[in-house]
Amino acid sequence: MRFIFKTKYSQDINIAKHNGDRFWYSLLILIMVALPLVLNDFYLGEISYICILSIAGIGLMILSGYTGLASLGHAAFLGVGAYTHAFLLTNGIPFYASIPIVIVVSFLVGAAIGIPILRLTGMYLAIATLALGFIAEHVFIKWEHFTGGNRGLPVPQPEFLGMSFYDSVFFYYVCLVFLIAAMFAAINILRSPTGRAFVAIRDSEIAAQSLGVNLGLYKALSFAISGAFTGLAGALLAHYIGYLAPDIFNIFLSLTLLLLIVVGGMGSLHGTVFGAIFVGFLPQLIAICRDYLPSSIGSQPGLEPMLFGLILVFFILYEPLGIYGRWMKIKLFFELFPTYKRQTFKKQKVFTKSDRV
Amino acid sequence: MSLFEVKNITVAFGGVKALNDVSFGVDKGEIFTIIGPNGAGKSTLFNVISRIYEPSKGEIYFENQNISKTKPHNISKLGIARTFQNLELFENATVLQNLLLGRHIYKKTNILSEVFFTPSARKQEHEYRLKVEEVIDFLDLQHYRDTLINGLPYGVRKNVELARALCTDPKLLLLDEPSSGLTNEETIDLGFWIKDIQSLLGITIIMIEHDMSFVNKVSDRILALNYGKILASGLPEEIKNNADVKQAYMGE
Repeated sequence: MRFIFKTKYSQDINIAKHNGDRFWYSLLILIMVALPLVLNDFYLGEISYICILSIAGIGLMILSGYTGLASLGHAAFLGVGAYTHAFLLTNGIPFYASIPIVIVVSFLVGAAIGIPILRLTGMYLAIATLALGFIAEHVFIKWEHFTGGNRGLPVPQPEFLGMSFYDSVFFYYVCLVFLIAAMFAAINILRSPTGRAFVAIRDSEIAAQSLGVNLGLYKALSFAISGAFTGLAGALLAHYIGYLAPDIFNIFLSLTLLLLIVVGGMGSLHGTVFGAIFVGFLPQLIAICRDYLPSSIGSQPGLEPMLFGLILVFFILYEPLGIYGRWMKIKLFFELFPTYKRQTFKKQKVFTKSDRV
Repeated sequence: MSLFEVKNITVAFGGVKALNDVSFGVDKGEIFTIIGPNGAGKSTLFNVISRIYEPSKGEIYFENQNISKTKPHNISKLGIARTFQNLELFENATVLQNLLLGRHIYKKTNILSEVFFTPSARKQEHEYRLKVEEVIDFLDLQHYRDTLINGLPYGVRKNVELARALCTDPKLLLLDEPSSGLTNEETIDLGFWIKDIQSLLGITIIMIEHDMSFVNKVSDRILALNYGKILASGLPEEIKNNADVKQAYMGE
């Protein structure tokens, strides 16, 4: 078992807690950079998509996993990002200028929606965000000047740094760089006072308030930050899809994002990547499984949503901490071997929460 | 002039008056205890002070400033910190993170400097940590820095909540039943700490408490409430021998 001798406060502030962290994450990045050498275009495309999903997952994770606010309509922000980006590119704004504008626009849209919607809590918030998803889809259909309506909107694939987005290797690197940047941004927010305030709101609003956290402001901020990340993912998604249509940003995409964070593990950034890998490869896995199933089951059109739902339910019931939680358990098992106890991760008895404050 | 003053506070929930025309003042450096049977309105009073409940009538003054209309999240900025009757800790965070949240009111960074974690953000984290470490040393929490609240025993959690309130550098500390659920030894320790908070840190304390031997040991003055009205107020000795108080607690 690793024992870290702490001599500086910086050791608690730094992202990498020890040399092991530095080594493994550098290795991971090296492998990711070297991937185009061994993988063909199809798999590179898939992994680019997983990077995009991860960025969107980070957005939803900050909102749901860290601030504890549910959102069932997050595809709306993917849509806002994608359409804004496509619109800007169509009007001749270069890629490097368009991306920051997309981030700011989605941040502002998040704040504008967040301020009124976050007066609701729990179930009602979930319903309101669900409605938000439908309203956004409808806006994308009706606002033809901006979105092209049901005819759709082709996404220009401009040159950037002398390379084309049609080149899957280049696009993969763009997605990877944005994922790493987004990861760092998210980690930085979460280790700052703002991130701690989010966690405080999640765990006890009343205590957060008594410590000086402005609940309304920070909830709206969480929604806005979440929107900004998801909007960025939307912009990349626009390049990935190539042709935007309103029905891409439907309820099913929102639920996919929800599945992503639940399966990955609520309240962990690792979880967003694990979840994205899972969600990204699941449709392929299902497609492969269809071949082996009897045709009466295998050819059913509703197989995919049903499996998504089933997986969601099973994870919530049996592994609420998701893949990342399972990974922590396995890691601890080997660290403590042979003295690991299953009870370590058992939820402790919850002491009575006051209802009269 | 008192540091803290409550003037004619009335809180009505429908027809029930949880507090009825309550007035008192607390001097700087005092340990002021509020006692009373269940439902006397003690916690309601605290919630009015932290602006969670809106009083139907009356005003609250802190350092001669009327705080009856202050926003709840600004109360701690004025220098009033509190603990809760049933713990309100951030359970899925470590002790350190809980205590660092106590420094939230001193936040100077904005979201941009946090996204890039600029040197100023790092410096701020260091400053927060220095104060937090002082409190950790004061309340003997060294062992628990990196433990999740989920995994802590009740007595330590109580301590962490007190520590979190101290991290805000308050002038006035509101303690809601600090000794409930503690063992005898822990209660004795708490008594020393509360005395130390008063004498070493110079913090004024208002406390709700049921354990009378504990109350008599630490309090400078006591206020007894019953059915939202003030029964008696004065030195511990006077309260002990007050006929109304005896009657409220023990009947005829």
